[in-house]
Amino acid sequence: MSKKASSKTNITRVPEHTVEIITNSGEGAQKCAQIFGQTCAKMGNGVWTVEIIPAEIEPPHHTVTSTSGNIIRFGTERVSNWGDQSKLAVAFNEQVCLSRHRLGSFDDNCIILQESAWENHEDEAVRDNYAKAMEEMSSKNYRFIQVPIEEETLKLVDNPQLGKNMFALGLLTEIYQRDLAVVEKQIGHIFRHKAASVTEINVELVKHGIAWARKNLGFQFEIESVVAQEARVVMNGNQAAALGAIAAGMEICAMYPITPATSVSHELSDIFENYGGMVHQAEDEIAAAGVALGASYGGKVALTVTSGPGMALKTEFLALAVMVEIPLVVLDVQRGGPSTGLPTKVEQSDLLAALYAQPGDAPRVVLAPRSIEDCFHSMITARRIAETFRCLVIVLTDANLASGVQQFTRPDFDARWQQNPVDVSPLPEGLRPYDWDPETGMSRRVIPGTPSGQHTVTGLAHDEESRVSYDPESNERGCKMRSRKLAVFQSTLMPPPVYGDEKGDLLVVGWGSTQGAIEEAVDRVRAEECKVSSCQLTFLSPLEPDLKKIFGRFKKVMTVEINYSDTVGDPYITEETRRYGQLAWLLRAHTLIDIDCWTSCPGQPLRPKDIYNSIVKNIEIGVSK
Amino acid sequence: MSSIAVSLLDCEFDESKCLEADDYQTRVGKWCAGCGDFGALNAVKRLLAKEQLQPEKMAFVSGIGCSSRFPHYVNAYGFHGIHGRALPIATGLKLARPELDVFVVMGDGDCTSIGAGHWIHATRYNPNMTVLLLDNNIYGLTKNQTSPTTPEGYASNTSPRGSVLPALDPLQATLGVSNASFVAQTADWVPAHLYATLQAAYDHNGFSFIRILQRCPKFTPDVFDDAIKNPDHVELLVHADGVDAPGLEKLFKARREHNPKDLDEARALAQRSDLLRLGIFFKDDSFPVYDEIRAVSPVSAEEKINKLEKEFDRYGV
Repeated sequence: MSKKASSKTNITRVPEHTVEIITNSGEGAQKCAQIFGQTCAKMGNGVWTVEIIPAEIEPPHHTVTSTSGNIIRFGTERVSNWGDQSKLAVAFNEQVCLSRHRLGSFDDNCIILQESAWENHEDEAVRDNYAKAMEEMSSKNYRFIQVPIEEETLKLVDNPQLGKNMFALGLLTEIYQRDLAVVEKQIGHIFRHKAASVTEINVELVKHGIAWARKNLGFQFEIESVVAQEARVVMNGNQAAALGAIAAGMEICAMYPITPATSVSHELSDIFENYGGMVHQAEDEIAAAGVALGASYGGKVALTVTSGPGMALKTEFLALAVMVEIPLVVLDVQRGGPSTGLPTKVEQSDLLAALYAQPGDAPRVVLAPRSIEDCFHSMITARRIAETFRCLVIVLTDANLASGVQQFTRPDFDARWQQNPVDVSPLPEGLRPYDWDPETGMSRRVIPGTPSGQHTVTGLAHDEESRVSYDPESNERGCKMRSRKLAVFQSTLMPPPVYGDEKGDLLVVGWGSTQGAIEEAVDRVRAEECKVSSCQLTFLSPLEPDLKKIFGRFKKVMTVEINYSDTVGDPYITEETRRYGQLAWLLRAHTLIDIDCWTSCPGQPLRPKDIYNSIVKNIEIGVSK
Repeated sequence: MSSIAVSLLDCEFDESKCLEADDYQTRVGKWCAGCGDFGALNAVKRLLAKEQLQPEKMAFVSGIGCSSRFPHYVNAYGFHGIHGRALPIATGLKLARPELDVFVVMGDGDCTSIGAGHWIHATRYNPNMTVLLLDNNIYGLTKNQTSPTTPEGYASNTSPRGSVLPALDPLQATLGVSNASFVAQTADWVPAHLYATLQAAYDHNGFSFIRILQRCPKFTPDVFDDAIKNPDHVELLVHADGVDAPGLEKLFKARREHNPKDLDEARALAQRSDLLRLGIFFKDDSFPVYDEIRAVSPVSAEEKINKLEKEFDRYGV
């Protein structure tokens, strides 16, 4: 921890805080935040971070659209989502600050450490813009503290663009009593590919920031940390998925660059070859699926990584994988849609496409990790299912998980995860390429190189010998066998746990990354003695067992999702015309229960307070307390 | 799965060649009588028998179209995929199993239209595989639609008054791609040349692209009539490092000495429309081969876990 503050320093003890670092794109907010977030995690705090990234690389500076930044929520206890509003912000200019204000990101009493260079800038236009922005923000009770970030940075470096972030990190280090040794180590790690002098100057900048804060700010926050008993790691969801792929024994990742999935392949490109694996950057999304499928056909454990628009392009190949029963794992890091949509922002709107977008009936397994930790373990689960059932497995994460950073229990690696998927030992006599067990639809996988196993797999309707067969019986048998495997797999699943009481007035059902925010909201309404529980689904195809039974114990069931749904009462929207959220649509069909939904697609993760409000509203209108 | 398996097992005790060309065929091709695909299949069977390739050690990958039924008729592993996408599947397979002999069979719609992107990029990746473009200048399976290689003015169901654009030349296109390492043209009506070209392609280390001109008996039976009826409208490209076959000199008087390493001349020859040229336009074994440059050494499970532990130390709290 940094040295004891002077006696004049006002130290406030809080269970948690949410901090924003907001800059122009290209001013290093991400690095500053990564180091700060990692430091908090390593000091034993619960952490959740969310990136604020424009889709462009470096939009015009000092505008409301140039905002790049990061939100770090950290506390004494485990943190499962990004929370409601930020309590403190470091802003490199008033325009990026204004953009966050307009989004309602700041707490009414937010402390904002703002660059002081603009208020009295020599350029009149800059001064005017500053004044207008401050006027707009004056509706709130923010506490602005002017900090000469650039001026102070220039005392140590010539180019403030490459140093302000570290000065800001110094401010935060002092305000939150962070351990400088941990900060230094993180800086060393982030600049490990650069000269040692780079680390040194950055550390100096941090120290300078600490000294400035100590001299000028006079306040600190104290957030206790609990040292975990078990070994823990901290990373973001894309890193977790990439490392999960390696731990799962995957050998090839074929991909095409697409936000926000690409960083999975960055992680893999860096280290995969040390593990006997490779990343193939294909010419397009379709080819990426094709190369993965071809590699899997050859017996390699293959993965393709994409996001919504890429999923759309891969559709035909995914249906082929189902038809030929070649295992394939697809990671879809969902972003906002439709079309190019919101490339850097979160949405849960690929669900129905992941389930049903294909020519014909192509049953597949779809699962959605609920946390960063899940991103790791899902890859192992996905491979196992894909190989056991010779099927397609789609893993649906999203932009929230992709860049969100969280701690989790360090996994115990198991050598069995690395097992070769197949061998080329001679086949039992008479074995056919689709020797479907008539009960289960399962059959042995035969890969090229297996003596006496030659056959041609085909996307055309085929029989057990893999011969093209258009006759009604063969086609119906093939459809039945491919579908049956899903039912067999479902029989291995446990019913999903209910968070809260097993019965009550309202059950909130979510899927994937919203778990933390939903459960936090449920905790709040339960604290007000409302009979509300929640249930977070991981498997979307097949759905986990007993849903109808579980839902039946509640007076009302409502999904909470980050996607679009109509609101009854809007022009033309009636019970008849209303389009539901995607999970609600699915669950209504599955259970025949009149399930409601509350969805939102703001391009950011759901906030517990918004979920809380929707729950309260539903209790008021639908369920007697 | 296949009756051939039995004879193959016997083979281990017999030094002599024991697989005949017909042993490489599973069943009679379901193509129309007179289809050029039969000629290509015959040449392939001959090659496999000559090389005595083990049926389980090779794979034929195709897309969709008449010619893409090819794998079903070869005694080998086969992947009859989706339209235009044979090359990504084949590339993935080759990356996974470089020891397998991989053959790709595509039609002109498959390769040069819906799969054109993959064709360009697979050429550049240059994986070691033998690639047959069975080019009959028309969409056959979907019943007579203009393809990119349909000659200008040639009528079809989608261009009843004749194709409105100059045909795309697959040789020019392939020769224009960086890292293209083998480009040849042959024809179904010259089986000896077809076979010799196939052999050269198989022997080449890299992406061996052969365009096989062939007729669709239903929709383009006459499309190569000029060259077929007038052998002097055909020029054979010959070279010590090229292809030749006994008897060809009697058939084709026009012979041009062309060094297959000369890319500039290859491109110039592909550009010219005065004569139909058969032979190896370009061949260079020295180009990077994707499955070789991307080969990674296997790592044991224990070693992987040790490395993962170290990797996770970096993320440790």
